[in-house]
Amino acid sequence: MLKTYTNPEYAYVPSADQGAPATVHHPVIIIGAGPCGLAAALDLATQGVRSVVLDDNNTVSVGSRAICFSKRTLEILDRYGCAAPMNEKGITWKKGKVFFRNKQIYDFDLLAEEGHKLPAFINLQQYYFEEYMIDRALEFAEIDLRWKSRVSKVEDHTDKTTLTVETPDGSYDLSCDYLLVADGANSGIRDMLGLESKGQEFHDRFLIADVVMKAEFPTERWFWFDPPFHPNQSVLLHKQADNVWRIDFQLGWDADPEEEKKEENIRPRIQQMLGKDVEFELEWASVYTFKCRRMDNFIKNRVVFMGDAAHQVSPFGARGANGGIQAVENLAWKLARVLQGYAPHSLLETYNQERIHGAAENILNSTRATDFITPKNEISRIFRDETLRLAEKFPFARSLVNSGRLSTPCDYASSDLITKTNGSGIQPGFVAKDAPIEMNGEKGWLMDQLGSRFVALINSDGVSADDISALSKISDDLDVLEVSAHKQGPNILDDCDGLIAERYALSAGVVYLIRPDQYVAARFEGPAAADVNAALDKSLGR
Amino acid sequence: MSNVKLITDPNFDDADAFYAALTDAHRNLTPRDSERVNARLVLLLANHIGDQKILMSALEAATDLEDENS
Repeated sequence: MLKTYTNPEYAYVPSADQGAPATVHHPVIIIGAGPCGLAAALDLATQGVRSVVLDDNNTVSVGSRAICFSKRTLEILDRYGCAAPMNEKGITWKKGKVFFRNKQIYDFDLLAEEGHKLPAFINLQQYYFEEYMIDRALEFAEIDLRWKSRVSKVEDHTDKTTLTVETPDGSYDLSCDYLLVADGANSGIRDMLGLESKGQEFHDRFLIADVVMKAEFPTERWFWFDPPFHPNQSVLLHKQADNVWRIDFQLGWDADPEEEKKEENIRPRIQQMLGKDVEFELEWASVYTFKCRRMDNFIKNRVVFMGDAAHQVSPFGARGANGGIQAVENLAWKLARVLQGYAPHSLLETYNQERIHGAAENILNSTRATDFITPKNEISRIFRDETLRLAEKFPFARSLVNSGRLSTPCDYASSDLITKTNGSGIQPGFVAKDAPIEMNGEKGWLMDQLGSRFVALINSDGVSADDISALSKISDDLDVLEVSAHKQGPNILDDCDGLIAERYALSAGVVYLIRPDQYVAARFEGPAAADVNAALDKSLGR
Repeated sequence: MSNVKLITDPNFDDADAFYAALTDAHRNLTPRDSERVNARLVLLLANHIGDQKILMSALEAATDLEDENS
């Protein structure tokens, strides 16, 4: 059905491992070349760690699936070097409208903060997202992508994992220090290891249709509750690249997925919604039920689960792929440091701690949205409908209208790795904020200077050279980044718009320790190397 | 975080007048419309209070249902 996009086919190449006399061992093997598996490979490669990626198919996502990517996700992908094509191809949006029955009840503007390199959200079909990640992965010698390689057997041990891979040339065995599993919501590997993802399934069905339209609609998120063209249900309309529009019809639990998926049944629904004169072509359609669930523990021995295999949410709020990639980033820097000897194996346990917290937040938000959209009983429906009616007249009720709380990065303020201090600026455990900078006479962005290693970000005005030198000697995994209006040099940047001072409360002598995932690990009011060193040890679980 | 508690001692300017207005508002309504009015009233008052702790206390007190026949 897809007319605007042709799925690339990546060549299966026999691996030298297959003919090797003994089982070949790798530090890291990743199962699944979807957004999360690819993110893991890219993140590790950015930090010099090699990985083998096994995928049972040889292309990207068939049909779009995830479409909405948040700024935090784009910042992560920018660190991997593949956000630029996504940002260019994707649709930037910030406005939306909410309708109830036959009228618009209000509109909104996300009012994104100025002075950030990347937009609040872009809409981009998942296949493009994956394709650009693969394009980037192919540039890394550290990434060994193996297509048409299905894992048929996994044995986990306390110190390693062994697996059997099926290819067009037969099967072969591999072993690894760490196996990262991103084989999707119905993870076969999870089943093989006798593990479960537990939670709730929502008794509702949704038809997701991507259509190409000739008519011009604004690039806005439109959400209907109980519209005349689809009574008693909800509908979402949102634009993607190539003039493809995502339409999401709530169908109810009794709908027959096979019938609803048929083009002759989809067409009249869409025609009624868009108006009888609007021409459109159907690109792709699928019928879903939604689940919100997660594993109790993302790690078993040396097998680590990621993405939908580890935690799954309903799509309202765009928290599936966004939450997934943010969790991968949390894991990758820790795994890299365990493998490189900077941190003990036990650091990986904090991936569980920090990302179970993240998954719980995402599940809570998407469950609440699903419950608002699909009221569970008559009184819930009355509250929902009256909330919508009040929302037209009274701004307060708009805060209760929940068609999805859009993905924001969770905080790790209560994590064992964070050094808690009471101060202003960005609190420890929260993600760093971008700001425009000037460096060596060129304009740039703060976020481009952070990540992939620890950074001590300091306002060095009035700070002695000895103090700077002491900071820079803490670790070869830590760079000192000075903010100064007076000094010039390779690691000195100018806060040209004053936004670092404002966002970080970065007065003279204030120093932030920023983790490889761009989260603030600690903030100190003075440049004491001993404090920063202790915070670094804490961040690494040492 | 506020330390204000749900007020359970009399706090009305004019308790009788409020009660009369509340029942008057419902007098000519169908049960369905009464439910709608109650829902809107709860939402409006809840927003006015705002404080999550107080709202939770009120919810707890309200859902502590006695046996109607006792």
